[in-house]
Amino acid sequence: MNRVFLKNRAAIPFDDLPSISYEAVGDIVAGSPFGGMRLVTLFGVPEERDVVRLVALFADDAQGTLAVTGVRTSRGATLPSLTPKMPVFHLFERQAREEFGILFDGHPWPKPVRYPHDAHTPRRIEECYPYFSMEGDETHEVAVGPVHAGVIEPGHFRFLCDGERVDHLEIQLGYQHRGVEKLFREGPLALKSALAESVSGDAAVAHATAHAGIVETLGDTVIPDRAALLRAIGLELERAGVHLGDLSALCNDIGYLPGTQMFAVMRTEIINTSLALCGCRFGRGLITPGGVNYDIDDRKKDRIARTVIRVRDNAGLLAAAVFDDQSVLARFEKTGTVDTATARAIGLVGPAGRASGLSCDIRLTHPTDAYARHRFAKRPLRNGDGRVAVSGDVYARAFIRHQEIQDSLRYVLELIGHLAAAKDGIAVSVAAPRPGMIAFSITEGWRGETLHAAVTDDDGATRRYHVKDASFHNWFGLALAVRDNGVSDFPLCNKSFNLSYCGFDL
Amino acid sequence: MTARALNVLFLLIIPFLMAGVINRVKALAGGRKGPPLLQPFFDTLKLLRKGAVVSRVTSWVFAVAPALVLAATATALLLAPGVGRVQTIAFDGDIVLCLYLLGLAKFFQLISALDTGSAFEGMGASREALFSVIVEPSLFLFAGTLALVSGTTSFGGLFTLVGSGAWPAVAATTGTLLFFMLMLTEGCRIPVDDPNTHLELTMIHEVMILDNSGPDLAFLQYAAALKMYLFALLIAALVLPVDIAPFQAAVVLPLVALLCALLAGIVESLVARFRISHVPQFLFLTVALALIALAAAVYFRGGAV
Repeated sequence: MNRVFLKNRAAIPFDDLPSISYEAVGDIVAGSPFGGMRLVTLFGVPEERDVVRLVALFADDAQGTLAVTGVRTSRGATLPSLTPKMPVFHLFERQAREEFGILFDGHPWPKPVRYPHDAHTPRRIEECYPYFSMEGDETHEVAVGPVHAGVIEPGHFRFLCDGERVDHLEIQLGYQHRGVEKLFREGPLALKSALAESVSGDAAVAHATAHAGIVETLGDTVIPDRAALLRAIGLELERAGVHLGDLSALCNDIGYLPGTQMFAVMRTEIINTSLALCGCRFGRGLITPGGVNYDIDDRKKDRIARTVIRVRDNAGLLAAAVFDDQSVLARFEKTGTVDTATARAIGLVGPAGRASGLSCDIRLTHPTDAYARHRFAKRPLRNGDGRVAVSGDVYARAFIRHQEIQDSLRYVLELIGHLAAAKDGIAVSVAAPRPGMIAFSITEGWRGETLHAAVTDDDGATRRYHVKDASFHNWFGLALAVRDNGVSDFPLCNKSFNLSYCGFDL
Repeated sequence: MTARALNVLFLLIIPFLMAGVINRVKALAGGRKGPPLLQPFFDTLKLLRKGAVVSRVTSWVFAVAPALVLAATATALLLAPGVGRVQTIAFDGDIVLCLYLLGLAKFFQLISALDTGSAFEGMGASREALFSVIVEPSLFLFAGTLALVSGTTSFGGLFTLVGSGAWPAVAATTGTLLFFMLMLTEGCRIPVDDPNTHLELTMIHEVMILDNSGPDLAFLQYAAALKMYLFALLIAALVLPVDIAPFQAAVVLPLVALLCALLAGIVESLVARFRISHVPQFLFLTVALALIALAAAVYFRGGAV
C-alpha cells in the first residue's frame, strides 16, 4: 500500500503513514500511468535526530477523496527531483530544500522560497538569489518592488522584456515571512484562531475555518448545525466581498470609471454585512474551534437578507453591463491567458483554476460542515456567447468572480433560510487533541483551497503545523500568464489573480 | 491690445480650470462630490512653495528640462490664435515655430526622463516617443492643408475658413475631431493614458515625471495642462464664426475650452483605457482625418490649389 485514503477533515495516526520512495510519490500524481491524483501539498515533518518525514497529500476531485503518503528521508539527503517532469512539485521541493537541506537532484531552479538562504548552504543572500537574465539587442529588464506604489504588500517582480513584450517574469517573494507555522506550534492549538485569521488578512474566515477544522478533527468534535450555517455565511460573504472589490479594482486598472465606483459601493455593503454578523468587516472573530462566537437574531437576519438580495440583483445588472462594454472586453479578452493543460500541470486552484477550465472547488468535491449538510450548487452563468467562460484569460478570471458572487449570495440566502430550523446552539466545547495524529483540513476560501495540516506528539501538543494558501500554487500561474503579453498589462493580470503575499510567505 | 492681455490672462487660468472640470465631471459621474474646480491651481501653488529633490545620478538635463518644457510650451501658446483669433505674438510662418517649440518641449521631456536612468521612465519615454512620431505628421499635414488653402503660414489667417463648396464644413469637422483626439493624447487622458493610475508599468506621461518634485513638477503639470488648452484654442479658432465681435469672443472662447474639458471628462467617465499596443491605431485615425481634409481641400478648391 503506497497511500492511505481519507476524507477532508480527517486524521490518521502518524505512525500509520506509509513509507514509500520519493519516485513513487510522483507516480501517484495525475499524468503518471499508475496514479490520477492531484498534489495538494508536500511538507516535511522533522523527527528524531536528522530524520525527516516528507508528507504528501493528494486529492481525487472526482471521487471526493484525499490520499496521504510519506517518504522517510533525512536532512541533507539527496532525492531525485520530480519537477522536470511534474512542475507542480517545483515550489514544494524548494521549500523542503530550504527548510531541511534536502537536495533535489535535477531541480532546475533551487532558490530559497522565503528565507535569506537555504538550510543546506547557509551562504550570503546574493549568492542564493540568482535571477534569470536574457541577452539581445532589444531586451531589457524591469525590476519592480519590493516596495510598490500604493499601500500593498512587498514582492519583487523581475520582467525580462523584449521591447514592450514580456518574455518571462520572475516573482521573488519572502519579504513577509513571519514564522506563522512556528507560532502555531507554540501553546494550545485551540487558541490560535487570531493567528489563523492573520495568515492572510483578506481570507480571514477561510483560514480560521481551516484552522478550526484541524482542532475539531483532532478533538473528534462535530459542530452544531447553526454554527456550521453561520460559518458558511461568513465565508461566502467574505468571498462575495472580495470578488466585488476585485471587480472594482480590475475596472480601475483599465480606467473604467462606472465599474470602479459601483462595484466598490457594493463591496462596502457586503463587508458591512460581515460587520453586522461578527463586528468586523473582514470577518475576524467570527470563527472559533467548536463553532462561532456570534449568533444573529431574527431582526439582524432579515437585515442581512435584504442587503444580500439587493447587492445580488445590482451586481448582476452591473456585471451584465460591464461584460458587454466593448472597451472593457478589448482589455480583458485574450490578456494573460493560462490554458487548461498549463493550469493542470502547475496545479492552479480556486477561481483562477476554474477560469482555466479545471473543476477544482472544495465546496463541491470535498464538502464539510454546511456544504456537506446543505448542498451547495453552482448555477453556471452563461456569458454573451452562451458558453461558460473558461478561456483562462483576464476575462475568464473576471467573469468567474461575477458568477461566484451570484452563487455565494444565493447560497447565503439559502443558509439564512435554514437558520430558523437550526436551534442547536452556536458552539460546543472541543476535546483535547488526540496524540500522535496527523490531521488535514481544506476549506475553499475565495482565493481557492486553503489547507491546514497538523501533527501532534505523544502528549497531544502540536509538533508540526503546516499551512498552504491558494497563492502558493497560483503565483507561478501569474508568472506564466504574463508571458508574451505587454508589460503594461501586468497590473491587470496581477489583479485578476489578486494573490496573497503574506499567505505565501507565512 | 486688450485681446493680447486677455490671451495671457486666460493662459494663466483656463488650463487649470480645464483640469478641474475634467476631475469634477469624473467625480460626479462616479457619484462623488469631487474637488473644487480650481484644485489643480491650488496644487500648483502648493508645489511651487515646496523644495525639489534631485537625484544625484541625473545631469543638467534633468535640472533645466522642466523650466524649458514650460517655457517652450507657453511660448507656443502665445503664438496660437487666442481671443478673436488674435495671436499674442504673430509673424509670417509662426505656425512652424509653434509646432517646433512643442517638439522642443517634448524632446527635453523625453531626455529628462531618460536622464534619470530608471527603467520605468525609459519605458514611458519610449511610449511617448512612439506616439509623438504618429501625432506629429497629422498635425503638420492638417496645418499644411490649411496653409495651402488660405495661402498664409501665420495662425491668424490660417483658420479663416472662407471658401467655396463644403470645404469650410469639412475642415471644421475633421479639424475639430483631430484636435480633440490630439487633446486627449497630448493631455495624457483616457483612452490613451490614465492620469490617475498608480501603476508605473502602465503609465506614459505620469511615469516620465516620477522623479520630478516641487516647482519642477508644478512646471511639468502646468505645461501638460497648457497643451490641452492649446488644442482647445485651435478647436475654437476652427468653429467660431469669422466675424465674431471681440467682446463676444472673450466670453465664448473660455466656454469652448471648458466644453472641450467637459467632453473629455465625459469620455473618461464612460470608456476604458486602450491597451497600449492599440493606441497607435487610434492615433493613425488622426492622420486619416488630416488626409481627408487634404483630399477635401484638393477636391473643393480644384484649380485654386
